[in-house]
Amino acid sequence: MPVSLTNSKLIYDALKECDIRLVSALPETWLVHLIRLADDDPEMILVRLAKEEEGVGVSAGAHFAGVKSAMLMQNHGFLASINGIVSFAHLYKIPLLMLISYRGSLGERDPWQTQGGNVTEAVLRALRIPYSFLDALETVKKRIRQAQTLAESSLQPVALLLTRDLMWEE
Amino acid sequence: MLRLDCLRSVYSELENCLVVTIMGAVAAELHSLGHRPNFFYLQHAMGLASSTGLGLALCLPGRSVIVIDGDGSLLMNLGSLSTMARYRPKKLVHVVFDNESLLSVGGFPTATSTGTDLEGIARAAGIPRVATVRSVESFKAAVTDAVRGDELTTIIAKVEAKGPAAFVTDLSLLENRFEFRRHIQSIKRRLTQSL
Repeated sequence: MPVSLTNSKLIYDALKECDIRLVSALPETWLVHLIRLADDDPEMILVRLAKEEEGVGVSAGAHFAGVKSAMLMQNHGFLASINGIVSFAHLYKIPLLMLISYRGSLGERDPWQTQGGNVTEAVLRALRIPYSFLDALETVKKRIRQAQTLAESSLQPVALLLTRDLMWEE
Repeated sequence: MLRLDCLRSVYSELENCLVVTIMGAVAAELHSLGHRPNFFYLQHAMGLASSTGLGLALCLPGRSVIVIDGDGSLLMNLGSLSTMARYRPKKLVHVVFDNESLLSVGGFPTATSTGTDLEGIARAAGIPRVATVRSVESFKAAVTDAVRGDELTTIIAKVEAKGPAAFVTDLSLLENRFEFRRHIQSIKRRLTQSL
C-alpha cells in the first residue's frame, strides 16, 4: 500500500510524546497505519466511531476526565462534525486536536474526493479554527506539539491537515 | 409518567455518579431538583451526550457514568448506540426519556410516535442490557440496578410530553463545564492520595 508507514509511525510517535492517550477514528485510506498503530498499542484507548461527530463528544468526555485525546478523520468527516465543533467544542471551550487527512487537494485521483478538498480550508477559516499542515517529516513532531499546546492553552479546536506529500508514497 | 418524577426518584442515586444530560427540559428539570458539581448539562450539540458519557466511561473505568438522553437527541445520533455497544463500558448507564416529541422546540412528534422502537434499536445495536419502563417505580428500580450493576445498560423511559415552563437556568454553560471538570479532577486526586 502506498500510504507511508514510516511517516504514519512518525505522526503516531509524536502523538504519544504529547501524552495523547485516547484516539477516536473513522478509517480512510491515508489513516490505516495510524489506526493500526493505535489499535496495537495497549497504552492507547482507540474509539472506532460510526460518524466523526461522535468524536467531539468522546474527546470532551476525555478532557473532563483529564485525558488528552486526538481525533483522526478525513476532511469529509470534519465537514460532517461541524455542529459538534460549534455547539460543543466552541460553545463549551473544549480543546480538540484534529488530524484531518486533506483529500481532494493537488494530486487527487479519486473524483469523489475533490469537492471536499475545495472547501476544507475555507470552512476551517470560517469556523476560526487555527490550522497548519503536516507536509514534511522534519516538522511533524514540532507541529503536533505546537497544535496540542495551542488547543490546550486556548481551549478550542486546532486542526492539522495531513497532506499527500507526507502520507502517500507514489 | 412524568420525567420530573422519574428524576426525583433517582436523585439520591445520582450523587456518586457523573451525570451528562441533554439540553432543554431534561437539563432544566434536573437542575430544578438541585444542581450538583457532578452534573453536566450539554445545552446544545444534540446527540452528543451519549458520546460524551462514552468518553468519560472509557477514561474513568470503575466510575459510574449516567447519560440522560432523549428520543429526539438519540435519533440524531443512533450510531452512538453501536459505538457504545462496541466498547461496552461496564459502568455506563444510558437513560433515554422517550416522550415521542421534540418538546423543547414546540412539541413536534418524533419517529417514536409512529412506531420507531428505541429499545429494539438499542438491543440490535448490541447494548447488552436494555429495558423499557413505564412507571416511576420500575424506572427507579431499573436505574438503581444498572448503576449498581456491572454492564452497559440502556433504559427507555416512556414519559408524557410535559416539561417545565422555562428551559434557561441561572447556571452559565462555561461555569458548569469548568466546575464539572474540576470536580472530576478532585476525585482523581483523592483517589491517588488514598492509594
